[in-house]
Amino acid sequence: MEPKVLEVKELVTRFRTLEGVVHAVNGVSFHLEEGETLGIVGESGCGKSVTMLSILGLIRQPPGKIIRGEAIFMKKDLLKLSRQEMRQIRGDQIGMIFQDPMTSLNPLMSIGKQVGEGMNEHLGMSKKQVRDRVVELLDMVGIPNASERVDDYPHQFSGGMRQRAMIAMALSCNPKILIADEPTTALDVTIQAQIVDLVKALCDKLGMAMIWITHDLGIIAGVANRVMVMYAGHVVEQADVKVLYDSPRHPYTLGLLGSLPRVDGQHSRRLTNIEGRPPALFQEVQSCPFSNRCSYVIDRCRRENPQLRAVGSAHQIACWVDVPTDGKTKVVINA
Amino acid sequence: MPENNVLVRVEGLKKHFPVLRGAIIKRPVGYIKAIDGISFEVMRGETLGLVGETGSGKSTTGRIILALYDATEGKVTFDGTNLMNLKPREMRRLRRRMQMIFQDPYASLNPRMTVEQLISEPMLVHTRMTAKERRDRVHELLELVGLNAQFDRRYPHEFSGGQRQRIGVARALTLNPEFIVCDEPISALDVSVQAQVVNLLEDLQEQFHLTYLFIAHDLSMVRHISTRVAVMYLGKLMELAPREEFYSSPLHPYSQALLSAVPIPDPNLQASRKRIILKGDIPSAASPPSGCVFNTRCPIRVERCFKEVPGWRQVRPGHFVACHLVEAEPMGGNTLR
Repeated sequence: MEPKVLEVKELVTRFRTLEGVVHAVNGVSFHLEEGETLGIVGESGCGKSVTMLSILGLIRQPPGKIIRGEAIFMKKDLLKLSRQEMRQIRGDQIGMIFQDPMTSLNPLMSIGKQVGEGMNEHLGMSKKQVRDRVVELLDMVGIPNASERVDDYPHQFSGGMRQRAMIAMALSCNPKILIADEPTTALDVTIQAQIVDLVKALCDKLGMAMIWITHDLGIIAGVANRVMVMYAGHVVEQADVKVLYDSPRHPYTLGLLGSLPRVDGQHSRRLTNIEGRPPALFQEVQSCPFSNRCSYVIDRCRRENPQLRAVGSAHQIACWVDVPTDGKTKVVINA
Repeated sequence: MPENNVLVRVEGLKKHFPVLRGAIIKRPVGYIKAIDGISFEVMRGETLGLVGETGSGKSTTGRIILALYDATEGKVTFDGTNLMNLKPREMRRLRRRMQMIFQDPYASLNPRMTVEQLISEPMLVHTRMTAKERRDRVHELLELVGLNAQFDRRYPHEFSGGQRQRIGVARALTLNPEFIVCDEPISALDVSVQAQVVNLLEDLQEQFHLTYLFIAHDLSMVRHISTRVAVMYLGKLMELAPREEFYSSPLHPYSQALLSAVPIPDPNLQASRKRIILKGDIPSAASPPSGCVFNTRCPIRVERCFKEVPGWRQVRPGHFVACHLVEAEPMGGNTLR
């Protein structure tokens, strides 16, 4: 096993809202090894983004609150750092790419300034050095005529190019970890393919570890080495990417994979329905959070929330039931 | 194909939106060619999948067919009737037979109307049903789309995205239409909920012999639901073919690139598969390239592609392509030259 660059233990994040306290993240633990790409998959509201924002110190407190947990990065617990210390790390040793390149770029600031901001802040380079480096970065992420376009504003860039600029910004200080939160969701499929390819190539070239957050199981299959599936603020399955797709073991993962039509697949198959929807998370979950939608449900699932347990080498699930392992068994949830 | 099998026929359709400039008197300074001369047919009982990227004109096409927009040029025929020069009264009569399911279930339902009001609105406009009849029909429809009939007094915000989309479906079915334009009906929904809605659409199609124009950008879902597939790019049709043929042997270089860009949820296959990554962005529809609109990104373009607009040709039975480099080979084994 490679050394760990990031280790998160028992993270719990909650939000106070008008309707009550939302239990967004409920004891999430994982680690990131050097040079690997960890994929985090889940549907909206499963806590995948909040997990990352908590680690990065980007949760507004209040209304949010990190109840407990640790996030060890370079022997420091990120959750215990002051805002000032966190600013030193964010954008420097940890780079980020967000979903919507239009709203995450400042429309009043030229692309060059925004990409160079981090270097001014963290590396103390001169104006001239920063500008040269920005052009170099924009060129690296595939922006044509980088030296001319460096003074353009975001509205002059297309969606794909804006996302490229975001990537350049994230890489500007040579981070150890790159966190990509749904970086291609807002893009068209041919542009998405370009961006996925670019990020993968850059990660290999720079030896960065990456966390790729998405709801798209198709993309994850192509980028990740390991995958973590989240549901209702819990990690429900964690495995090597091939293991997860070849022999998923958690009923939710099985259901998700079954509900996906495939561009290379047969038509005759009816899509698996996962009836119902995720719990509202207004209370601490006592049962398995998936129990009300699960077809394998047993009594114990309604009484006790299962913890992650190993079912193979580097394969863990949070489930009381032993679900068939061949992955080809057709699972009909709540049929 | 016998004539009476065609439900919707689109011929030489164009829609150019003017770009207006000027402080008081707005003058057109240019045109966005949202649709630029497309022709196709939708057969009775089939699902025609219409795919394309942002700005390809697929939604505009759907809206013109339902006469929500006027066409700049061209003709749409519904069940033998030309929709282009109908009197409002005749149009209203035809409208009940064609409906639409919208993309965003959060924006397309009036938040101040109850479910009952939402679903019975079409009946108020088009029929003389009594209040009792309307309410019974609402309950029937709610059950049909898998919602509890007791939810009729609730407001849209009380439902999840998937449930809202079911309300949208119920609303579209109210008047027993024959033809439904589904404009990206599932792209705003979560994966597991998408499957629920697609299964519902398939069941309803079977039960009521519906014809769908299914507009989407998700090629995997289109493969699942469609009988035939049409691909648009910058306001033009690139290819149209029966589903299996399209997915197993796409002929147009754009279709090939599009298919190869779709991520497949299988790591082994992802690693081994050959992908075509297109360079560059989609050009603006305000100033599309001359010649073939795909020539800025096409991996196999030749000089001719910059000069001549490729014609819309049938190269195999039922398989249409607009590309200079695809040759019709009657013996089969059609490939790119």
